[in-house]
Parts: sequence; C-alpha cells; structure tokens
Amino acid sequence: MLRPHITIQKLNVFYRERHVLKDITVDIPEKRITALIGPSGCGKTTLLKSLNRLTDLVDGVKVSGNVLVDGINIFDNGIDVTNIRKKMGLIAQMPNPLPMSIYDNIAYGPRIHGVKDEKKVEQVVEHCLQAAGLWNEVKERLNEPASKLSVGQQQRLCLARALAVEPECLLCDEPTSALDPISAQYIETQLLTLKKDYTIVFVTHVLRQARRLADYVIFLYLGELIEHGPAETVFTRPSNPRTKAYIEGVFG
Amino acid sequence: MLLATIFSSLVIFIMAFALFQRSSPILGTQSLSELFLTSSWHPTKGEFGFYPFVIGTLSVTGLAMILAIPICLLSAIYLAEYAPGKVRGIVKPLIDLLSGIPSVVYGLWGVLLVVPLIRHYVAPFAGATTTGYSVLAGGIVLAIMVFPIIISVSEEVFRTVPFEVREASFALGATKWETVKHVVVRKALPGFLAAIILGFSRAFGETMAVLMVMGNVAKAPSSLFDPAYSLPALIANNYGEMMSIPLYDSALLLAALILLLVIAFFSILARVVLIRVERRSV
Amino acid sequence: MLLSTSIVVGSLLAVFAVVILKGAPALSLSMLTQTPKGGYYLGKEGGILNAIIGSLYLASGATALGFLLSLPIVLYINEYAGKSRFASLTRLSLDVLWGIPSIVYGAFAFIIMLYVGARASLLWGIITVTLFVFPIMTRAIDEVMKMSPFKLREASYALGSTRLETALKVVTRQTLPGILTAVLLAFGRGIGDAASVLLTAGYTDSVPHSLFDPVATLPLAVFFQLGTPIPEVQQRAYASGVILLVLVLLLSIASRLSTRRFVKYVIK
Repeated sequence: MLRPHITIQKLNVFYRERHVLKDITVDIPEKRITALIGPSGCGKTTLLKSLNRLTDLVDGVKVSGNVLVDGINIFDNGIDVTNIRKKMGLIAQMPNPLPMSIYDNIAYGPRIHGVKDEKKVEQVVEHCLQAAGLWNEVKERLNEPASKLSVGQQQRLCLARALAVEPECLLCDEPTSALDPISAQYIETQLLTLKKDYTIVFVTHVLRQARRLADYVIFLYLGELIEHGPAETVFTRPSNPRTKAYIEGVFG
Repeated sequence: MLLATIFSSLVIFIMAFALFQRSSPILGTQSLSELFLTSSWHPTKGEFGFYPFVIGTLSVTGLAMILAIPICLLSAIYLAEYAPGKVRGIVKPLIDLLSGIPSVVYGLWGVLLVVPLIRHYVAPFAGATTTGYSVLAGGIVLAIMVFPIIISVSEEVFRTVPFEVREASFALGATKWETVKHVVVRKALPGFLAAIILGFSRAFGETMAVLMVMGNVAKAPSSLFDPAYSLPALIANNYGEMMSIPLYDSALLLAALILLLVIAFFSILARVVLIRVERRSV
Repeated sequence: MLLSTSIVVGSLLAVFAVVILKGAPALSLSMLTQTPKGGYYLGKEGGILNAIIGSLYLASGATALGFLLSLPIVLYINEYAGKSRFASLTRLSLDVLWGIPSIVYGAFAFIIMLYVGARASLLWGIITVTLFVFPIMTRAIDEVMKMSPFKLREASYALGSTRLETALKVVTRQTLPGILTAVLLAFGRGIGDAASVLLTAGYTDSVPHSLFDPVATLPLAVFFQLGTPIPEVQQRAYASGVILLVLVLLLSIASRLSTRRFVKYVIK
C-alpha cells in the first residue's frame, strides 16, 4: 500500500487570466518516483513549482486549494516558506549553479540553514557529491567556479546541492532534457537509487523516461488531471481514452 | 556619416594632443615628480607645485565616494529587488531629475545650506573651527551629485542577474535577503564596481560646485574641515590671468590634461567591465 | 535600505527646497524681463534677461549642431556598421567622451581659440557646448535605436527601400520618442553647464546680436552674482538659481510628456 506523502486537494492556479491548473486533487506516494506526464504547456511545471511555493515568486499568480505535506497545509498563513522549500528540493530543467565555487554551491544550503560547524559542512558536501555521483570527478577541484563544469556535471551539482539541505522530497523539472545521453543516464541512475530515501516527483515529456523510472504516474492535459495511478496500470491498461491516446503517441 | 563617426573617435585624441602641446613648456622646465610633489604654488614667481591641488582633488573625491558608496549600494538593491512598482516609478524619475540639476545650482545649495551647517553645527561638535568652506562641504555636495549615476548603473546591473540563479537560491530555502546578499550582489559585483568607477570619474572632474564650497586655498588640507583647492577649480578660477604670467597657461593646461587622462583611463576601465557584464548575461 | 533611498530622495528635495525658498523672495518680473542696467551689480535696477536669452541661444545652437552631428553617427553605427568592431570602438569612444568634464572641453576650446585668434563669443560657446553635449546625445539616441526590432528594417527592405531610406524614414520614426528625450536631455545640459562656457563664451550685460558677440549665460549669472559682497546682488543670485532650476524641471517634465505623446506609433 502506497502511503501518501503529499496530498493535493482542489489545487487551482491562475496566471493572470489563464486558468493554468484546474481542481487538481491527487496524492503523491512516499518514497516512490512519481512521474508527471502530459504534452507541453499543460501545467506540469506549474504543479511542480507550487509544491514548494516557488510560484509565489512570479507576479500575477493566484493559488487556491490545499497542499498537505505530512498533514500540514503549505499554504497556511503562519507557515515559514523557507522551511517548506528546505523540505522540497528542486532541480530545474536548465542547470543553474550559483556564482560560487563547487564547494560553496553545495555548502550554501546548509550554511544558510544554520550549520556553523565547518567540519560538518565538509562532510555534507562530500556525502552529497557522492550521492549525486559527482565526487570522484570534482574532489580535486572543489574550489573551482561551478560554471567551469560541463552541463551534465552542473546538473549533478544541482542534485547534490538539493540533497545538502536534507529534503524529504525531490522535485525535478525535466531534469535530463538539457543533457547528453550519458549524463542523462547518470541522473536517472541516481534517482533510482535515491528513491529509497526520498519521495521523488519528476516532470517529463519523454514517455520512455517515465516508463523507465516511474512507480506512480500522473497525467495532466490542459491543466486538468486526467488520470493517475501506479505506473504499471496507467501504461498498460489506461482507463481514460485521452491517456490511451497520449501514450500511443496520437498527440504529444 | 562615416566622417562624423570617425571624427567622434578621434576627438579625444585631438583634445589630448592639443592640451599636451600647450602644456609642454612647463613639462620642459621641470620633471613630473617635481611638479606634482612640491607644494608651493606661486605662479608669479614661476613656482608651480601641483601637490596641494592633487591632494585637494583626491581628498574631496575620496570623501564623496566614501559617503556615496554605501548609500548607493543599498538604494540600488532596494530599487532593483524590493521596491514595489509604484515606488520605483516615483523614485527613478526623481533620481533622473537629480542628475539634471546644473552644478552651479548644487554649488549654490552648498553655499546656502551645507557650508553654514558645517560652520555652525558640525565643526563645533567635532571641536574644530572653520569657515565652513571645506573638504567636508565639497565631499557632501559631490556625493549627492554622483548618487544618480552610481544608482542607475548599479540598479541596471542588478536587474541583469538572471532569474534562474535567484530561483535556485530560493529553492534551497533561502530568504530574500540571503539571496540578495549571497547571490545577486555577488554576481553583480563587477558591474557595481564599474558604476563606482564611473561615479569617481564624474566626481573627479566636477568643477563649479566644488569651486563654490571648498574655499580654494592652495594648501593641501590636513583635516576635513580645512579648505582645499581642486584641479578643475584651479583651472576655472585662474583662466583669466593665464596669458599674462609666463608658463601659467601651460601649467593650467597641464592640469586639464591630467584630468583628461585620468578620467579617460577610468572611464575606459569601467566601460570595458560593463561590456563584459552585459555579454555574460545575454 | 529604505533609509538610503530616503536619503537620496531627501537630498533632492532639500536642494529644491533650499534654493527655491531662498531664491523666490528675490524673484520678480523685472528679473526676468530686463537686462542689467548701469549699477546692476552694485544693487541697482535690472534683471538677467541677458543671461536667460543668452543661455537659450547657446543651448539651442549647441543642441541643433550637436544633433546634426549625432544623428549621422548613430545611424551609421546602427544601420551600416552594425556589430562590427568599429561600431563598438565608436561606442566606447563616445562613452569616454561622455565622462570628460566640461572644464576640459572648455580648456581645449580655449586653446583652439588662441590658435585662431578668436575672442570669447556666442559662436565659441556654442562650439564648446556642442562638443560637450554631442556624446551624451549620441549615446542616448543610440541606446534607443539599438533596441528597435530588426523586423522593422526587414519589412522596409522587403518593400524595396534603400538603406538610407529605411534609416531615415522608418528607424527614426520608431525611435522618435527616444530622440526627443535625448535632445531635451542635451538641451538641459547645455543650459546648465558653466565650466565649458566660462572660458569660451565670455559674459556681457546685453543680449548678443551676432554670433561673434560675447554672451551671458544663466549658470555664470548665478556664479558671478553670488561672488559679490552686496547682499541684494547675492539675493539675485539665488533667484537666478531658481530660474535655472525651474527651467531644468520644466525640461524634465516636457521630455516625459512628449515621450508619451509620440509613443503611439512605436512598434513594440
């Protein structure tokens, strides 16, 4: 039985006059990989970004509904947003290293959340770079600017950075779409390993990737939740004709 | 059209050349170090020690920068990152207006407000006596004069920091101030330095306002409350007698040449940095 | 942070407040409409009409001349030279010229005047201020022109027009608001600058009748009147300062309003 980690209830998101997400109600299972699939522009990224309230940063966005993480609504009035974001690590589509050295990129998160002991920070940096599969490649040059890494390495850096704040979930927005096949494979392998300890939600428009990685699938079309369920079920016996059509490549 | 364009690039060289030509007589009589390190300035006796003016210019410009930099940094951050649209809409035109005020008006204001304030309140408070015409007066007025350029260039530089980098910081749970402090300002640092250099150039060459509030005494100032004499003020005040005393014109034009070279150097430096910043953000 | 911004805004208000408060009492109609009569500088009758008109002549002349110089340069670097190194070099030179203080331009012009044996006059004042002001105008127009979308030019070329026609008729039209702002900006600088005209335009009590007459300017009027020991004349200096300030304020407002008026034809 899949335990829900994130419960989304009647989530509606408006961007200016556009109704981007319509009445989304779904549970995201704990410690599994959930794939958000659907054609481009259907609200997948918006859904992902509302889970850590990055949508707050954009002008003109209105959100209604609830998102419960371990029972607490992240949209409640008294909630500390920075704490929510600490719990939900985000990896963006295009790698976005901070303008600092490799070491500082990873150390940034722990430091701003109060870790003062530099020894501890060192441990965290090494641990996360290992978990992201990047340690061996950068251990000799931790003080170099992060911008010198290749795109594939930068994305793994972003993964390590996200892990450093000890999140409970990893939100990944098309994490491999900007990468070459080898780097992409690296990331995918890491995600499969990480799901033991983290709830992972990732957006993709590559169905094959979803098939490879997902335990649970959510299909969005034009802002509406069409179907969701265990990957096995959705891919082989979809109950909604639109899901069937999308999976068979009728539209994309 | 091509001619006009070529002309614009050559003008600066023509100017430098002309100034150099006219200042060569005095360069011929004394070495550069003699000229700039001696303090006695008695043109009628043929003594041209530029030291007091160099110190005068540097001290008032330096003071202005010390006053202006923190204020401009914080204001630029506020305008670029925190201010709601309406506030920006009001404040930015006001800052533009500040940059359009002629220097004589700043000088007039300095004489009307700053000088008496220093004479009657600030100096006694610090235990000094002064007429009020001082380096401090010059520094304050000059600082206000460079606010617009430093703030507007810095604010633009902050806005070029791409959204994705800020998003990355927020996604890690950083607060707005943490993001601004560690990420935005860091990325924008070269641009900010360029803004400061531009402000410095502007302050260095400012003539009228400084002339009106600094007292114009040809002696290197030893405290903030002493009067001083800047290079541009020197030229402006004495051009009338330039031709009647031998070598005087040469000396004054040498001062102009120094101004040209120093400012041109810093301007090029700042602009090159800004070009690089622009290119990186595209 | 808010404090810093308030300091900045506050100083602006302080400048306006002090100058206007001190200067307004001395402001009278005669200040604006009369030229100095005998003994003006000793406290007797007259006004600063000479300086007002002088400054207007000077600034207009310099702005017009500067514009004639600026527009070809901007058109050239945008339409013909495009992204070449020559264009970047020109922009850099203009930026450097922009930073050169007006006293240096004054000194340079003075040298030329000595060389050709000229005397301080309106003409030389105009030349000096033109030199001072054209980099500002050029870069300002350039910034606007750089931003106009390529598809405009494409459309024009597609209809068969030449480069020159496209430059003059289409691009200039599009950037008109920006050009206007630049011109007004330059005019404001021309009116307010003292150091450049100090050495080159002279000073006089009458309105100039020809280009070769010396001319009085508002900034110098403020400066010279301030320098006298007679209180009435000093008061007049404050009043002249107010006039100058008001002029600058009007120019600023004018440039914002006119930009809005011309924006309707601009393609975004």
